Amino acid sequence: MGVSKLIDLETAIASHVHDGDSVVLGAGLETAIPFCATHELIRQGKRRLNMVAPISDASTDMLIGAGCVAEVTGAWVGNVSGGLGHNYRRAAEKGVPNTIRVHDHSNFSLGMALLAGGYGMPYAPLRSLLGSDILKSNPEFQTAENPFAPGERIVLAPPIKPDLAIFCVQRADAGGNSHYWGSSGVMQEAAFAAERIILIADEIVDAQIIASDPSRCLIPGFRVTAVCHVQGGCHPAPLTGRWKRDNSFFNDYHARTRDPDGFGDWLQEWVLDCADHAAYRAKLRTKVDDLRITGEALAAPANYAAD
Amino acid sequence: MEYSTQELMIIAAAREIRDRELVFVGMRLPITAYGVARLTHAPDAVGLFEGGVARYAPADETLYTMCDPANQLNAAWTTGLLQIMGQLQRGIVDAGFIGGAEIDRFGNINTSYIGGYEGYKIKLPGSGGAADIAAMAKRLIAIMNHEKHRLVERVGYVTSPGYLTGGDARAKLGLGGGPSAVITDRCILRPHGDRHELHVSSIHPGHTFAEIQENTGWDVKPAPDMGETSVPTAIEIAALRRVDKDGFWR
Repeated sequence: MGVSKLIDLETAIASHVHDGDSVVLGAGLETAIPFCATHELIRQGKRRLNMVAPISDASTDMLIGAGCVAEVTGAWVGNVSGGLGHNYRRAAEKGVPNTIRVHDHSNFSLGMALLAGGYGMPYAPLRSLLGSDILKSNPEFQTAENPFAPGERIVLAPPIKPDLAIFCVQRADAGGNSHYWGSSGVMQEAAFAAERIILIADEIVDAQIIASDPSRCLIPGFRVTAVCHVQGGCHPAPLTGRWKRDNSFFNDYHARTRDPDGFGDWLQEWVLDCADHAAYRAKLRTKVDDLRITGEALAAPANYAAD
Repeated sequence: MEYSTQELMIIAAAREIRDRELVFVGMRLPITAYGVARLTHAPDAVGLFEGGVARYAPADETLYTMCDPANQLNAAWTTGLLQIMGQLQRGIVDAGFIGGAEIDRFGNINTSYIGGYEGYKIKLPGSGGAADIAAMAKRLIAIMNHEKHRLVERVGYVTSPGYLTGGDARAKLGLGGGPSAVITDRCILRPHGDRHELHVSSIHPGHTFAEIQENTGWDVKPAPDMGETSVPTAIEIAALRRVDKDGFWR
């Protein structure tokens, strides 16, 4: 398993996130979003971040409201349960709390740009976005003629290589080898593209458990910078086999953040007043038990025997 | 048989899905429609979810998002976004459902900026996967509330391309597909003629063409064969009530 990469979340964020970084904070769209890291970025007062992800549910909206964000490279920013993200709208429309620059993408174009970044491709060719004004509002795209099919127009997306990507996984060993299962959005492409990777493991397990099923590894351990053990670090997002989605929490966030004061109160209560994720969990009280998945729907074992 | 407007819209959406098709389903109303289609005329349709899920039978419980644990359980495939959306770019996805804040007479949809991207008044969440589905699925089905400020002459920003400026504008870019139906709470519109302009194809029971004209932002015309949207059959309602166990849409 190699050298231990296990550190606490506060240290990981302090050591590996710098003001001005481009950051992927979960790329599972609506699942496995590391909200514990969202909160810690806010508590540590990180600034001028460029948030990169097709969709990271309400995480980006929280960071924008807290003044951590200068740029958004994304396909959809809001709150999936509530629809619109109030902080995103305030920043984009009125510059509150600060102006932000938006690099418009579609889900597919952002995934392909990360794929290009992750595989060292010079650019990603696309058939999507033709006819879309995304090509006008984001001048980083180019259109070109397909060199292999004269007369055919295609779109070229420049590669994206984020400084840092943070992911929730169900289990990892201390060396950064991990298992993730369920839908994964663009987690793997984002991991390959990123300079540094922090894993938020719901559970730390023996290295042999991870080694027993290497096909369940989405992100190779040798690319991982640090591993943090945070149980339920995805809350209120779900994590397959571990945590249900706390839909009412998203709805409450939507209702309370309609104006900046309301957001300020919400932020104080759920982020700033919590010293760390343990304090946040304590505040959720018995809800933690309601959200924990206790049923079992186990996959059949896979045999890797060599002879 | 009693049914709500939303139930009629769901059943109308279900009728747009054909058997054995690959369909981008989306949340809320369309996923319910997909469930109804599977239980009635399209038992072998396959549902695709851009977060990285493919399913045969829809999930057993009400979903808040396509990535909920209930949508992963017994899925046909859980994978990544590019693996699912790559099927679109491969050209084999038959249909996709999307919603939107604004749609225009040529079926272009805006979910990004109200008032154009320079000097906009309202910033909406953005494309998500809608622009990709609109560009690359063989048919696009849009679902909207029918209000004058939503069905507009020309959207201020094309997030998801329809027939653009009409005629062969879309085909000239090399895009196939395009909107095949817009299902609203008053009627179903479909593109008609060489210009591909949306015409009223069928009016939901209890609504009138005059009322639709009044609530549409362009001089909307009836299709030559305009009729009334067929009322839900007992079989369709029974299927819907099985899918919508909690009665969310009743």
